Amino acid sequence: MELLCPAGNLPALKTAIDNGADAVYIGFKDDTNARHFAGLNFTGRKLERAVQYVKDHNRKLHVALNTFAHPDGFDRWKNAVDNAAAMGVDALIVADIAVLDYAATHYPDLELHLSVQASATNTAAIDFYQQNFNVKRVVLPRVLSIHQVKQLARNTDMQLEVFAFGSLCIMSEGRCYLSSYMTGESPNTVGACSPAKYVRWQETPQGLESRLNDVLIDRYEAGENAGYPTLCKGRFEVDLEGESKRYHALEEPTSLNTLEILPELFKANIASVKIEGRQRSPAYVEQVTRTWRAAIDRYLANPEGYSVDPAWNACLGNVSEGKQTTLGAYHRKWQ
Amino acid sequence: MKYSLGPLLYFWSKPDVEAFYQQAKDSDTDIIYLGETVCSKRREMRPAHWFDIAKDISATGKQVVLSTMALLEAPSEVNVMKKYIDNGDFIIEANDVSGIQIAHEEGIPFVVGPAVNCYNAQTLNLFLKKGMMRWCMPVELSRDWLQNVVNECEKMGIRDQFETEVFSYGYLPLAYSARCFTARAEDRAKDDCETCCIKYPNGITVNSQEEQKVFTLNGIQTQSGYCYNLINDLKSMANLVDVVRLSPLDSDTLSLVDTFRSNELGGTLHQLEGGRQCNGYWHNVAGLDIV
Repeated sequence: MELLCPAGNLPALKTAIDNGADAVYIGFKDDTNARHFAGLNFTGRKLERAVQYVKDHNRKLHVALNTFAHPDGFDRWKNAVDNAAAMGVDALIVADIAVLDYAATHYPDLELHLSVQASATNTAAIDFYQQNFNVKRVVLPRVLSIHQVKQLARNTDMQLEVFAFGSLCIMSEGRCYLSSYMTGESPNTVGACSPAKYVRWQETPQGLESRLNDVLIDRYEAGENAGYPTLCKGRFEVDLEGESKRYHALEEPTSLNTLEILPELFKANIASVKIEGRQRSPAYVEQVTRTWRAAIDRYLANPEGYSVDPAWNACLGNVSEGKQTTLGAYHRKWQ
Repeated sequence: MKYSLGPLLYFWSKPDVEAFYQQAKDSDTDIIYLGETVCSKRREMRPAHWFDIAKDISATGKQVVLSTMALLEAPSEVNVMKKYIDNGDFIIEANDVSGIQIAHEEGIPFVVGPAVNCYNAQTLNLFLKKGMMRWCMPVELSRDWLQNVVNECEKMGIRDQFETEVFSYGYLPLAYSARCFTARAEDRAKDDCETCCIKYPNGITVNSQEEQKVFTLNGIQTQSGYCYNLINDLKSMANLVDVVRLSPLDSDTLSLVDTFRSNELGGTLHQLEGGRQCNGYWHNVAGLDIV
């Protein structure tokens, strides 16, 4: 099982490699990837050094081209594919059918992974991407229960990659337009969800308020943990049968953590476990990579004796949203 | 310009569904989409029931399209979708790539629904080769985006090989999840949901803490808090949009088709209601805005 870690910059990439990642995924410095944030991602000399560092350590480099090509800007996505191919990266993570088509036609030997943003959740969808673009691996959206992951794994010979840890997207990825509804910008079109430039914090007599493009996402009382106003993780109000309740209507600020089901992922023959967080610091990458390396190694050394070290969960909890974690959709009760 | 009635996104009782489509038969629509696209646990209407309604409606000369699910997580769900695709009479709307794959294998022409990620002409070209005959673009796209796609299609020589459709009225389907938000609102687990969404014929409104309507909960689907309405934008659809889609809320949606038709030249400015309606996406701004 491959441990696949995120890197938003060169220090994070080196940290991931140094702490035991088998592979690292990065994005280019433009809107061809879904973490298109200021100060993040790779271009020019730093990109060359990243490629070299990974090669020198005999690990793998995946490049995420996981946004959807604009009809008047297809050249940007073509160039990104050309660049990645020229650098000799190990795999492209692609969401858009047009980009898959271009890559498969022009670089038949370049390994293609289907991005989570393509939202393939069943064998018929996987067949489509396998037959048309010779996709070698599919990254599963965070909507399947562990039972469904196992079921899918039994019914396909496709390599499967799952999210193991990190900020939890609770929607079928690539098919959520909540961000553009509120701000005009979405992961698919711009490469960002709940973009930072629309975020506003304000102290008011009612408490600290977080807003996204002026929409009130949450309001915190003194002493409450205030989180980034990702729009699906705010507290809202619902009237049911004349009674109003205020709660996290969609989801609480929380991160995904699957250490507990690692043996089941092994038994399902999952090819790769992915850590979310290209936007996070090298310190985050270090702690999460080191923890997951230890967990995988412990399982491999003694599968029957595997158990989660409480120190691992404590470490991951500290770098999690809202300092809490969940099994998300893997666990039926969450659904 | 043609007008379509999109698939019913909410869960209604069988008698309510039948009564609604009995009325829809007499509406001034050209195309009617039928079927459950949101949740496989909604079983008031079985495939045979939908086929009966489909035959009844198609006898009036309207085109009937069977819409299929957006999020398919279990083999059983894919098998039910196959039943719809193999109906023998009607074309289908694919809302997931799996629907496209199966329709192609079976040689059934299909509409690419708004839940399929199709953002450019190259993707349309590939879908055309698989049997696409119409494309309803993702709800988040604008007139400008559509124009750019159409321009590219013209350059590729494929513009006249398919129709374009735009979701133009109703609560926008914005996201799909493993989680059922309606069950969550009722403090129920999804496995124990008792299809409680049947109690909310237009979903559950979610307000911000300052009473702004932000979302509408519809089972595993999250919709817009405001009702999308492009009644004033029909003129800007000329030569660009072939089919205008209205998403059914109740029988009023049926009479709205006439209102839309009579405003194709933009003769009447219908004042959109701030805090309840929106048209932002078409104008390339935040979806919830009114331009």
